[in-house]
Amino acid sequence: MLRKRIVPAIDVLNDKAVKYVQFRNPTIIGDPAELGRKYTEDGADELIYLDTTASLKNQDLKLEWIQKVAEQVYIPFSVIGGVRTIDDFKRLLRAGADKVGVNSAAVKRPELLREAAEIYGKQCVVLGLDAMPIYNEDEEIIRWEVYTHSGHEKTGMDIVEWAQQATELGAGEIICTSIHKDGMKNGYDIELIKLLSEKVNVPIIASGGAGKLEHIEEVFAEGHADAALVASMIHYGDYTITEIKSYLQEKNINVRI
Amino acid sequence: MIGIIDYGAGNLHSVLKAIDRLDYQTKLITKPSDHDETITKLILPGVGNAKVAMNVLNETGLANYIKEAVASGTPLLGICLGMQLLLETSEEGNVECLGLIKGSVPEFKETVEKVPHMGWNQVKDVQNHFLFNQIPQHSDFYFVHSFYANPTEQKDVLGVTDYGYDFASVIGNEQVMGVQFHPEKSGKYGIQLLDNYCK
Repeated sequence: MLRKRIVPAIDVLNDKAVKYVQFRNPTIIGDPAELGRKYTEDGADELIYLDTTASLKNQDLKLEWIQKVAEQVYIPFSVIGGVRTIDDFKRLLRAGADKVGVNSAAVKRPELLREAAEIYGKQCVVLGLDAMPIYNEDEEIIRWEVYTHSGHEKTGMDIVEWAQQATELGAGEIICTSIHKDGMKNGYDIELIKLLSEKVNVPIIASGGAGKLEHIEEVFAEGHADAALVASMIHYGDYTITEIKSYLQEKNINVRI
Repeated sequence: MIGIIDYGAGNLHSVLKAIDRLDYQTKLITKPSDHDETITKLILPGVGNAKVAMNVLNETGLANYIKEAVASGTPLLGICLGMQLLLETSEEGNVECLGLIKGSVPEFKETVEKVPHMGWNQVKDVQNHFLFNQIPQHSDFYFVHSFYANPTEQKDVLGVTDYGYDFASVIGNEQVMGVQFHPEKSGKYGIQLLDNYCK
């Protein structure tokens, strides 16, 4: 049976792994490949590198660290951030990334998903989905809306409609981040993850909000996520992946030990 | 020397690096004339689309090169899409493939499980084979695929994996072998399998 995945997310700025404090003030925490290797040895099932390098001048630098990760890490890894064209897909995959994530560029031009899937297969096309809840007068969530540009731009698009359209076009996996939960450490957006899991037929990686072991159990057991993204829980040394997986195994979540 | 077939769309960097690290020599083969007599084994890696891949293999002459090499006794290991290309036809673009193993490549039925089948799953070896040397039964390997090999003959199925139903995750017929998962991305047992093949 297919295992539930624990996926560390590593932020990269230029060619360094960094930690952001409240989305700013990046501090270098190491080398992307070294950190990836460390998490692999600790039991990570896959890695996600979020490339936060804004400058286009750093394209070659970007390929160098990706090549280094591919040389040293023997589990799959995705690279997300700044992907705009089919040529970006090509360069990142050739450098060694197993999957490439797109967010804003796919919203702007959905056909990019189809083109990428046709050439490389939908299994390496990952849709980054940033969601924000919309409330009614009684402050109940009525739906979720798609945001782009790292959560700065509102699109007006419904999360389920976009996820369905994107998977029909060619997205083979979805990383769904709840903007209002991100960095809060009070749990994933279970309702949203559950809704997406019911409405689309590709794997869902839940992102944003993990602070305790119970949160990860909850997103698998109740949210039906296929994978859970973890970042601050492990980067700050609060938990190891081995500890997370032992806990999940005790709770009868099917993980790879 | 291990010849690695490079047909453009595949993600062969990681396969290449994994084999380099095992201390086997490798050579990329992008056209038939890249061949030389030092090449004793071939690997057909792959991530991508069957139709696109077959078009490239046919246009470059690599399809015929692979068939001739196998006919002359050279071992061949197909990985992921490379495994699917070993069969006669694929439903992905309804394309004729290499036909080195009898059977077809259907798509997973979406009603059973999510598609693609993506993540770590266990391989049950149903036959003894040197590819499984020093790898425990039911070990986890990393899968990423929407289509799967369906060999006509049961004797060509070496290992199976459960994804709603059992499908052939390791196949082989004499010198032609294929694995649906990515050994280069499957941690230590994946590396062991590559070592078993290259030995």
